[in-house]
Amino acid sequence: MNLEAVKSIYFFEMARTRRTLLQSVVSPVISTSLYFIVFGAAVGSRIQEIDGVSYGAFITPGLIMLTLLTQCIGNGSFGIYFPKFTGTIYEILSSPVSMTEIVLGYVGAAATKGLMIGTIILGTAALFVDLHIAHPLVMILFFVLTAITFSLFGFIIGIWAKDFEQLNLIPMLVIPPLVFLGGSFYSIDMLPPFWQAVSHFNPVLYLISGFRWSFFEIADVNPVVSFSIIIVFLAVLMGLLTWIFRTGYRLRN
Amino acid sequence: MAPIVSVSNLVKTYASGFQALKDVSLEIEEGEILALLGPNGAGKTTLISIICGIVNPTSGEVRVGGYDVVRDFRETRSIIGLVPQELTTDQFETVWNTVSFSRGLHGKKPDPAHIEKVLKDLSLYDKKDNMLRELSGGMKRRVLIAKALSHEPRILFLDEPTAGVDVNLRKDMWQVVERLRETGVTIILTTHYIEEAEEIADRVGVINGGKILLIEQKTDLMKKLGRKELRVDLQEPISTIPETLSTYELTIEDEGHSLIYDYNTASERTGITTLLTALAEAGIRLKDISTRQSSLEDIFVELVGARA
Repeated sequence: MNLEAVKSIYFFEMARTRRTLLQSVVSPVISTSLYFIVFGAAVGSRIQEIDGVSYGAFITPGLIMLTLLTQCIGNGSFGIYFPKFTGTIYEILSSPVSMTEIVLGYVGAAATKGLMIGTIILGTAALFVDLHIAHPLVMILFFVLTAITFSLFGFIIGIWAKDFEQLNLIPMLVIPPLVFLGGSFYSIDMLPPFWQAVSHFNPVLYLISGFRWSFFEIADVNPVVSFSIIIVFLAVLMGLLTWIFRTGYRLRN
Repeated sequence: MAPIVSVSNLVKTYASGFQALKDVSLEIEEGEILALLGPNGAGKTTLISIICGIVNPTSGEVRVGGYDVVRDFRETRSIIGLVPQELTTDQFETVWNTVSFSRGLHGKKPDPAHIEKVLKDLSLYDKKDNMLRELSGGMKRRVLIAKALSHEPRILFLDEPTAGVDVNLRKDMWQVVERLRETGVTIILTTHYIEEAEEIADRVGVINGGKILLIEQKTDLMKKLGRKELRVDLQEPISTIPETLSTYELTIEDEGHSLIYDYNTASERTGITTLLTALAEAGIRLKDISTRQSSLEDIFVELVGARA
């Protein structure tokens, strides 16, 4: 294992966050705070409790997931796409670094950034709503697994993307609808039966549901199913990545 | 002694169907400077990219330091440094950080003393805290060399190292290459500048259309293929070559004031003595005589032209 290389890539990526602190950290915190003010305080105060949880608290896990998913995919994809775009990828590809080490460096940094921002959002949420975490260890497990899985997803998008339009396609056009329609702001029990059934095809529903269960012990689907879905998604991504590395898809050709 | 780089029957066909390398084989000895000459699209960069691990070969084998570049990539890449053709740099990083990053990528622990030495050798030390976007093109080129040397490689690939670089900087680069050679580093450079190969290379390889046309010691190559030109300046201009001189390959230049005679230095008889005698017998009076050795550029143009 070339640990020096993993460290180099990881800290190089983390240094980028320091350089762009305003964009990386302050911006998501402000936008999430606005969600809390509008949906939690203004609108939420007029909505009755959902399964015994205030509306402001109910939406907190979904908002953290929204930020976590967006940040992890964004950081994971940009981390590998940027050297491809500037041409500095030659250095990574000509170094004695295995693909596993490259993934550890880039995905590790992307997940760390996502977790940092997610934690800040959690802290920010505590300023607006009365938060209670029923199962902290399960919450951390969902939090970390989701960060790793979606950073990996972002990393694959970064390899696949040929231009900035493709790079932003999934984070901007696919993830927000999935999060919004995945029960971030409501329980799917509130939907008509048809849309409830459709929602079960949305993978983000399982993430939010499992994450919310760790806070309030209320869930749209069984938390074990939620956990299994993340593991299956992670396994699919690992399989895809193995194929990419074996063939050199959009990297070595 | 076993070659430090050995390429056998290397083929590279891109997804588009373009065959960049066609059964290329070559060996590079440790400590030598090999210049690879070839026009655009000849396959130089593809060859280097495969040896360095950036591009997957379609077939064939490449060994570096006795190791296979695909199977034993850690061993091969750890002794290779690569300076790419394009000025590819992370614009928002400092010189010091980007060079240190390269060292880390190659699995080497941080060594500020070595990084300082590399930067000083390349006259970059006073720019160590500058962001790369603040540097000139020539300075960025030096940074790329510093990055390639950060992990103390035994083999250095320089892909068009002086493309777009001014004459002074080019000569500085040549000095850097010479100093590296003195430390035992094997250097492979691709270049468009024939004088670069002529100035610093031990051996010259010519590649065109994905094939190695030849690889020779530079001096042997120039001796073998080098033609010499005898220029005879005349006191009185002539309009036609006299019949008695028709057996010589003569051309008239400078509106009849000069005769040019091409001869091969490798042949047993150059024909110069008999030509001069024949000129005297024809009543042509000479003003001056000079000779010129054909350059590597002449050889290159002749070779690529003949096999195109």
